[in-house]
Amino acid sequence: MLTKRIIPCLDIKNGRTVKGVNFVDLRDAGDPVELAKIYSDEGADELVFLDISATEERRKTLIDLVRKVAATINIPFTVGGGISSVKDVDVLLQNGADKVSINSSAVKNPQLINDLAQKFGSQCVVVAIDAKQIDGHWIVHLVGGKVPTELNLFDWAKEVEQRGAGEILFTSMDNDGTKNGFANEALAKLSELVNIPIIASGGAGNIQHFVDSFLEGKADAALAASVFHFKEIEIKTLKEALKNNNIEVRI
Amino acid sequence: MKIVIINYGAGNIQSIMFAIERLGFTAILSNDWKEIKAADKVIFPGVGEASSAMKMLIDSGLDVLIPTLKQPVLGICLGMQLMCNKSEEGNTAGLEIFDVDVVKFTPKVKVPQMGWNQIYNLKSNLFKGIAEKEYMYLVHSFYAPNCPDAIATTNYEVEYASALKKNNFYGTQFHPEKSGDVGEQILANFLQL
Repeated sequence: MLTKRIIPCLDIKNGRTVKGVNFVDLRDAGDPVELAKIYSDEGADELVFLDISATEERRKTLIDLVRKVAATINIPFTVGGGISSVKDVDVLLQNGADKVSINSSAVKNPQLINDLAQKFGSQCVVVAIDAKQIDGHWIVHLVGGKVPTELNLFDWAKEVEQRGAGEILFTSMDNDGTKNGFANEALAKLSELVNIPIIASGGAGNIQHFVDSFLEGKADAALAASVFHFKEIEIKTLKEALKNNNIEVRI
Repeated sequence: MKIVIINYGAGNIQSIMFAIERLGFTAILSNDWKEIKAADKVIFPGVGEASSAMKMLIDSGLDVLIPTLKQPVLGICLGMQLMCNKSEEGNTAGLEIFDVDVVKFTPKVKVPQMGWNQIYNLKSNLFKGIAEKEYMYLVHSFYAPNCPDAIATTNYEVEYASALKKNNFYGTQFHPEKSGDVGEQILANFLQL
C-alpha cells in the first residue's frame, strides 16, 4: 500500500535553518545539509526546504544548498520560496530538486501552474497554500501569512488542481506554531474535494497530532519543523506509533 | 566502467548523476550516438509528459538508436514508460521494447500516486539481495499493467508492473535514485549486470 509520508520542513534563511513561532522570531536550528542527512537516515520520507527570505530578499545561496542536499541525500526533496518563473524552476530542478513549491506567485499569476505542469510535469509542482479563518471562512494569505487575499481556500485548491498542480501543501496559519494539532476539519474537506495528495502543515506538537492528521484529516502526508529540529519527536518513534495505529508507513 | 545517461531534455538528471557518484562511479550525460553505443551501461531517465518527451526523442533520432542497444539499459519512470508499446498520455507511440501499453489510474485513487509503496514478485538480478515488499519512491499518473515482462509489481488501484525487463532492457517505474539505501542497492545491482 502507498504509505503516509512524514516530511520535516527546513525553513531556510541565508543558507541556515530557522523556524519561527507564527512565522516571526526566528531561531537557528542548524546546518540544513547536516539536518537533511540526519532526517534521511532517521527515516523521513521526503524533505521540504522553504527559503523564507525569498519573497523579501534576493538569494544565491539556495542553488548551492540545493546541489549539496541533492548530492548528500537519497530521498526526494521539494524547494520553495520566491519561485516566480519557469526559469527559476528549471534552475532548481537542474541542480537536483525533485519538486518545487509555489505560493504567492501562483496566486498572483495562476497561469504559472499550467506553464510549470506543462513543461516539467505535474509531479514536480506543489502549490503551497497558507490560509486562516476569518469570520468562519478559510481565506488564503500571502507573504508568510501576512497579507490576506480574496481567495477562499477550497475554491483556490480546486483551481490549482485543475491547472495542473501535483500536490497541495496546506498550512493553517491558525494552527502554525501553536503545537495544538493540525487543522483536521479543513484538511479532510480538502482531501475529499481534490484528487491530488494533500500535505498537512501547521500545528504539530505531539505524536497524536500526526495520527489525527491522517485518520481525521485524511492527509496524505504531514509536515512539521520545530518538533523535529529540537528533537521533541523522533521520526522513528513517530512512525512506530503511526504503525501501531494501523497507519501504513515506511519503516 | 562507462556509464552514459541519455540526455534528451527530459528528466531530473542531476539526482541520478549524484546517486551514481555516491556509488563510487561517474556518469556522463550525452545524446551522441557514438558515445551511447560505446557505454557499458545506459540510463534512460525521464519525467514530464510522455508525448512531448517522445517528440524530443524523435527529434534527436534517439528513438531509433535506443531499441538497438546491446548493453544493459535502465529506463526510469517516464523512461520506462516510453520503452513500452504506447502510452495513453498524449496518445503517443513508444519504443515498443516492453510488450505492454501504458494507461492512466482512474479517479478512484488520488492521481498522481505520490510517495512510497512496496515492490513484490521480484525477479531478475536487478533485485539481487533485495527483500520482497521493500518500499520505493514513486510519482506517476500512468502505469504499465501487470504483464509477462514484469519483474516487480506494486499495488495502487490495481496490481501493476513497477519494473519490467526484456533481454538487456530494464525499466523501473520507481526512482531508485530517490528510494533510500535500498534504491541505491538496486542501482548498484544494475551497474553490476
